[in-house]
Amino acid sequence: MKRALAVLVFTTSVSAADTCVECHSVLDGNLQAPAKAFSNDVHSRFGLSCADCHGGDRTASDPEQSMSRAKGFVGKIPRTAIPERCGHCHSDAAFMQKHKPRQRVDQLAQYRTSVHGKRLAAGDTAVATCIDCHSVHDIRETRDPLSPVHPLRLPETCARCHADAGHMAKYKLPTDQFAGYRKSVHWEALAQRGDLSAPSCASCHGNHGAQPPDVASVAAVCGTCHVMMEDLYKGSPHAPVFASMGAAGCVVCHGNHEIKRPGIGMLAGPNAVCSQCHDSDSAGGKAAAEMARQIGSLDKAIQKSDQVLAVAQQSGMEVSEALLRQREAKEALVKAAVAVHAFQPAAVQKPVQEGLAITTETFRAGVSALNERRFRRIGLGVSLTAILITMLGLWLAIRAIDGRKHDRETA
Amino acid sequence: MEQARRSLLRWLLGGGFSASIISFLYPAFRFMSPPEVPEASINEVSAGKVQDLKQNQGRIVKFGNLPVLLVHTSAGEWRAFSAVCTHLNCTVQFRESSSQIWCACHNGLYNLNGQVVSGPPPRPLDEYAVHIRGDEVVVSRRA
Amino acid sequence: MTETPQTLAWFEERLGLASMRKFLAHKTVPVHAGTMWYYFGGITLFLFVIQVLTGTLLLLYYRPSPGEAYESVQFIMTRVQFGWLVRSVHSWSANLMILSAFIHMFSVVFLRAFRRPRELTWLSGIALLGLALGFGFSGYLLPWNTVSYFATKVGTDMAAAVPGVGHYIARFLRGGNDVGGATLTRFFGFHVAVLPGLTTLLLLAHLALVQKHGISAPRWAEEEYERKRMPLPQMPFFPNFFLRELMAWYAALGVLGSLAALFPWELGIKADPFAPAPAGIRPEWYFLAPFYTLKLIPSHVWVFEGELVGLLGFGLLALWWVALPFWAVDRKGIERTRWVTGAGVLLIAYLTTFSALGYWR
Repeated sequence: MKRALAVLVFTTSVSAADTCVECHSVLDGNLQAPAKAFSNDVHSRFGLSCADCHGGDRTASDPEQSMSRAKGFVGKIPRTAIPERCGHCHSDAAFMQKHKPRQRVDQLAQYRTSVHGKRLAAGDTAVATCIDCHSVHDIRETRDPLSPVHPLRLPETCARCHADAGHMAKYKLPTDQFAGYRKSVHWEALAQRGDLSAPSCASCHGNHGAQPPDVASVAAVCGTCHVMMEDLYKGSPHAPVFASMGAAGCVVCHGNHEIKRPGIGMLAGPNAVCSQCHDSDSAGGKAAAEMARQIGSLDKAIQKSDQVLAVAQQSGMEVSEALLRQREAKEALVKAAVAVHAFQPAAVQKPVQEGLAITTETFRAGVSALNERRFRRIGLGVSLTAILITMLGLWLAIRAIDGRKHDRETA
Repeated sequence: MEQARRSLLRWLLGGGFSASIISFLYPAFRFMSPPEVPEASINEVSAGKVQDLKQNQGRIVKFGNLPVLLVHTSAGEWRAFSAVCTHLNCTVQFRESSSQIWCACHNGLYNLNGQVVSGPPPRPLDEYAVHIRGDEVVVSRRA
Repeated sequence: MTETPQTLAWFEERLGLASMRKFLAHKTVPVHAGTMWYYFGGITLFLFVIQVLTGTLLLLYYRPSPGEAYESVQFIMTRVQFGWLVRSVHSWSANLMILSAFIHMFSVVFLRAFRRPRELTWLSGIALLGLALGFGFSGYLLPWNTVSYFATKVGTDMAAAVPGVGHYIARFLRGGNDVGGATLTRFFGFHVAVLPGLTTLLLLAHLALVQKHGISAPRWAEEEYERKRMPLPQMPFFPNFFLRELMAWYAALGVLGSLAALFPWELGIKADPFAPAPAGIRPEWYFLAPFYTLKLIPSHVWVFEGELVGLLGFGLLALWWVALPFWAVDRKGIERTRWVTGAGVLLIAYLTTFSALGYWR
């Protein structure tokens, strides 16, 4: 609260004089655009202005004074100088502590270790600098959905260069990462389910110190979230083999950007990844087939129970308990899929057996629900028959009584 | 002829009427007799004996149809939380090595107040009340 | 069938059944093209009796608190023998009863049965319809699922929009400022004690008035037979009309049983007051027409709040409809036939159209 008040006072007292914005907002075109955009910039909230980056005197109304070289005005900042310019404040811990004490101050140091930073230092101005990702003049906080580095917008920001074949040609880098990532489960979690914890480019590559992970450390990167898979993989036969081959761990089977939802199709069938190395009659090929069979059997059992329970539920039977039990069966299936990463059928068998025990139970519950439904319909038939017989009797009685009255009247 | 018609009528009416009345009263009487399990809602569950769970240990307990994680902390307190991870509904577990609640699916971590420490879970775990009755541990919903 | 059994004679001596028998023997029902509409009052009554019986059975297991209501209904549906049947019949019969009450009311309008001296019968009938809607509204909350929770919220919000006293009405209904456990307890009290008590009294009054004045015949039927110089044919209530009513009641039982067995009433998801309202929340079908009308009214009509205008409109419409017997006849005693028919047709058209719109939009 006190901090907010201080910023408010600071802002109102300093932004009282800002001739840069005042003059430039009444100009045209490129000279006007930055001034108009600046009201959206996070820096303006802290009382900063054009002069804090471009130099000059923001209190002077005479352009000769406000944009004088003597007062430090540099005009357009050359691209190679941008990181240092931003870092002037953002790497100064004492300065940042006055405004945002929790913000990191190592971005510039990290940037210098990245591919972008190293190439920029060598004079290549086509690589990304601060303003290419964070935008300029209307820089927003990362958590602002309109910021180009908000988790939901980050992939398309990276893709501006990395998906542009013309731009990337001289670096001889592929440009299909963004297209692949958009087909992945991670993008689905991020964009469609709104799970902001799902990984995007920076989650695996880093942001300021961006580099692709080393082949040897891919499993560790994926293992940040997928802990169980990493543990099992590290203890499996594949780990030392892939390491000696220089193969990139998880990426060998799952890909890096276009990571699709895994399924039995990866273990067996025409698109199986196992068969890319293992012959079908080899130990590895047989293990893959066995694991596929196990998981397939549990998957089928779950579907069978799901079907019978769906029919029961559709016809109004109460099967909510069995449906909740099915949840546990699906968890067992997930555990079995995780166990695949030990690449031993015995490891997969345990959760599969647990799951099958549950599906036997839920299938029985579904069948008994359908039996109950049949009982109800038979009962309905019985009582409807009784009702119809009674109605027939009543109708005949009515006719008889009406007839009698009629006879009495006409007699 | 009249007699035959009248007795058919009597049979139909009487028979149909009694049959229909039985088909209404039978379910009503069955309804009124208490079922096998006489209680409806699950408001509390016995989670075993005090001696069964040592300090710095946790166990999954069934509460109705949902799993609940019972924790006996190293300070001797008993806590219970919904064991359904708030990220994607996997079942969480107690990690003795760090005395935290962990979700194996995507490495979500909760502290012993059910609050998220790290990882993807967006919300804390719902807490349940634990009472010790004699040597029995009883988990119930919080009021 | 003509001998009086000994037991019956015993009761006759002590209860004086002879006078009731005589009355019943003389009660008649007019026979004409519109006679079939006479069944609907009896059907409504029959369905109400079904409600009382199934409701009493449900009372043996239902628990009116937020922590137990949903679970007790689930228990009834899954564990109690024939619980599914009793509960589904109760829910279906509630809807059929209200539908039947509306049909009964409109048939009274088109057959002009509200004419003098039956104005009080009309008024007590309208009050009974209101009580039936109250039964529906209070009962709907009792299973404590998402749909019923939010429908109650929407309904009590509408009550709160009444000018001046709206806030107090809403607080009275909700038992507090929000829909919660207090509302559930209160609605339960209304549903099983207050409303049944009031309904019993009004029903007795309504039936007594019907017996007193006899069944009315529409003027066109009376005039038709006057021209033929014949008396309007009458059917003895007992046994002729009564046997027919019994057939109708049995048919209703068959329909109810089929609905309960083939389309059992759903449990839904337990209400969570902290969850956001699901999209497309709407009240039960008998409240859809005013609900949809309020949705259509813009937020401001001239200087007045839209909701206020809507509620005022409904109030005036209700008042005008209740006062039907009084403006249906002009000062000279001549019936405003076309006005009444027109009003009836328009109201049916409005209710059906807006209910359909409210359901599908």
